[in-house]
Amino acid sequence: MSPLFAITPALPLGKAGKFVAAAYIVVFVILLVYVGIMALRSQRTQRELDQLRRDVDAVKAARELDEEERERAGETLDGRGERSEQIV
Amino acid sequence: MRSNTYGKGLPGLALATVITLCAALALTFFYAPLDANQGFVQKIFYIHVPLAIIALCGFIAAAVMAIMYLRTGDRKWDMRSYVAIHMALIFGIGGLIAGSIWAKASWGHWWVWQEPTLVSYLIVLLLFCTYQPLRFSIEDPERQSLYASVFAIVAGAFVPLNFLAVRLATAYVHPRVLNLEGGALPGPMKLTFYVSLLGFALLYVTLWKFEMVSKDARSQVRRLRRALLGDDAGRPYGRSAAPL
Repeated sequence: MSPLFAITPALPLGKAGKFVAAAYIVVFVILLVYVGIMALRSQRTQRELDQLRRDVDAVKAARELDEEERERAGETLDGRGERSEQIV
Repeated sequence: MRSNTYGKGLPGLALATVITLCAALALTFFYAPLDANQGFVQKIFYIHVPLAIIALCGFIAAAVMAIMYLRTGDRKWDMRSYVAIHMALIFGIGGLIAGSIWAKASWGHWWVWQEPTLVSYLIVLLLFCTYQPLRFSIEDPERQSLYASVFAIVAGAFVPLNFLAVRLATAYVHPRVLNLEGGALPGPMKLTFYVSLLGFALLYVTLWKFEMVSKDARSQVRRLRRALLGDDAGRPYGRSAAPL
């Protein structure tokens, strides 16, 4: 075994405490950053979903308007047809 | 929009995770005795080892999910495998940094290149770090899933082989405290370790489900948008590398 790996005496509590705190804080921060990123992504997805809902509503409204216009146009045509028959 | 199956039981699981991790922290600092050789710095053991074990298990689980994808052709398995590797990498990096801090406190060095356990673990992590670049470099979603799954299986098979090779190596300084006979840990330390391991395993599953919920919601949004634009057969929007 290399002298590098010779068993070192236990660090005093004050010094060891810094290392232990650093290890725990680093792991906590990594997990926190990950959760934060995921939360931001979820917010973005929620915004996209809201936009999508608005788009769907707009498409539905446009279709309904279109159908109404077609119905009206159909009624007008029918009316003209009746009149023309009467004239003939 | 179909209901999100991954969100099922997530709040309960998250609560169980928080309770177990709090119990593990309490046991670590108020119950487990100080190590005779290393003293207080040995407390890092209770996060470093569980993180490393869960990360390696995550890589193996991802390989199993990739096998399921190749067997079924269901892209959900590919997404599960992708998220499992992503989570395992995060846990692995956490374990690596915690271990490095412990090495500095215990051995006086941040990293020891002569130590097979450290180097082999780094090789496994670096191997899986190439998973995402490989995946994102392929545009076609089908080929992307296929190649990523093959990679996940081969790299996942490398994990236990690597572990065995290191175990069989004779020259090491990294301590071996766990084995099939129960290890060299005294009772209170063993209990603390197992509670901590359970806590991190629960955390892994919780975060995996959390990310699956997010990925599933995003894929549904994309699908709906394509359907709205009348482009059902089109490629996924934006970064097509994200599964589904």
